[in-house]
Amino acid sequence: MSTLRVSVWRGAESGEFRIYEVPRLESQTVLDVVTYIQRSLDQTLSYRFACRVGMCGSCAMTVNGKARWTCRTHVAGVAEDDQIEIAPLANLPVIKDLVADMSRFFDKWAQAKGRFQGTRTRADDFARVLPDSPQREAVDAAIECIGCGVCYSACDVVTWNPEYLGPAALNRAWTLVNDVRDTARAARLAAVAGDAGCHACHTHMSCTERCPKNLAPTASIAGLKRAVAAAALKGEI
Amino acid sequence: MMNIRTQVLLWTAQRASAAVLALCVLVHLITIIYAVKNGLTAAEVLGRTRGNPGWAAFYALFVAAVAVHAPIGLRTILSEMLGWRGAALDLLVLAVGIALALWGWRAVWGVFV
Repeated sequence: MSTLRVSVWRGAESGEFRIYEVPRLESQTVLDVVTYIQRSLDQTLSYRFACRVGMCGSCAMTVNGKARWTCRTHVAGVAEDDQIEIAPLANLPVIKDLVADMSRFFDKWAQAKGRFQGTRTRADDFARVLPDSPQREAVDAAIECIGCGVCYSACDVVTWNPEYLGPAALNRAWTLVNDVRDTARAARLAAVAGDAGCHACHTHMSCTERCPKNLAPTASIAGLKRAVAAAALKGEI
Repeated sequence: MMNIRTQVLLWTAQRASAAVLALCVLVHLITIIYAVKNGLTAAEVLGRTRGNPGWAAFYALFVAAVAVHAPIGLRTILSEMLGWRGAALDLLVLAVGIALALWGWRAVWGVFV
């Protein structure tokens, strides 16, 4: 059985990479590797995971310099010369080892007014939204975000402008802008506009390149740019 | 802090001026290639631009697009690279825009009269 040489970030903002030797297994994921280290080599290693099947969005880390969901990243696809480097997500404060502080990331969802606001109550009938309506199709294209933070970690604009809301929050806002039941459109467009909002995006497309769910936050942000610009020209924001 | 609507309008102005620049740069490049290929002297170039309202209007528009586009981009670059934000930055790039417009239009005027 061959061995994998794994370099793992230990510490908080300051720290160092420590090397661990992990046996290679068939169909082994990066999360399997981290779990092996924690259970068999060093129990003080901190990391975060929950579902292990690509649904919950908790296990994202920086693997060989790129943000990835580790539960569905196979070692065979990323190891170079039987070596691999695992670090916490970039663009977020490090709490300990592989655990990044996600609060800033989720606070920005709230800032972008990522919460649905409607008028109906449970006493009302269901809203009818045609599946093939343009708005519903725009929502469908962006709705499967699992909030893993990979796009936020991969975004250059977040690095340069820490106030920038980032791809995930803007992508969420775009799904609500297209939700015909939602009533907070103008306030949301104002919340996602300007220097810290969608207009800061340079269309580098790192978010779209890295999104494990194959979403295209860049397209959502482009949609927001157009919607916000139109609203600004009409004096609505 | 500049209000959100102004930030959005700046972005829109930069997009719109970029569209104008795309056309202007193309015409400008074709003009340069034409002038070089045909070996036009400075006097011959001036002979075509002097008193020609078409060329004057075209280059006046070109300068206007540059004067709108460049300062807005510079504002973003300085903000992202140096972390500089606020009124001082906005005033600086406004001054850059005005300077670009005045120098550019002065040059257009120079080859028109």
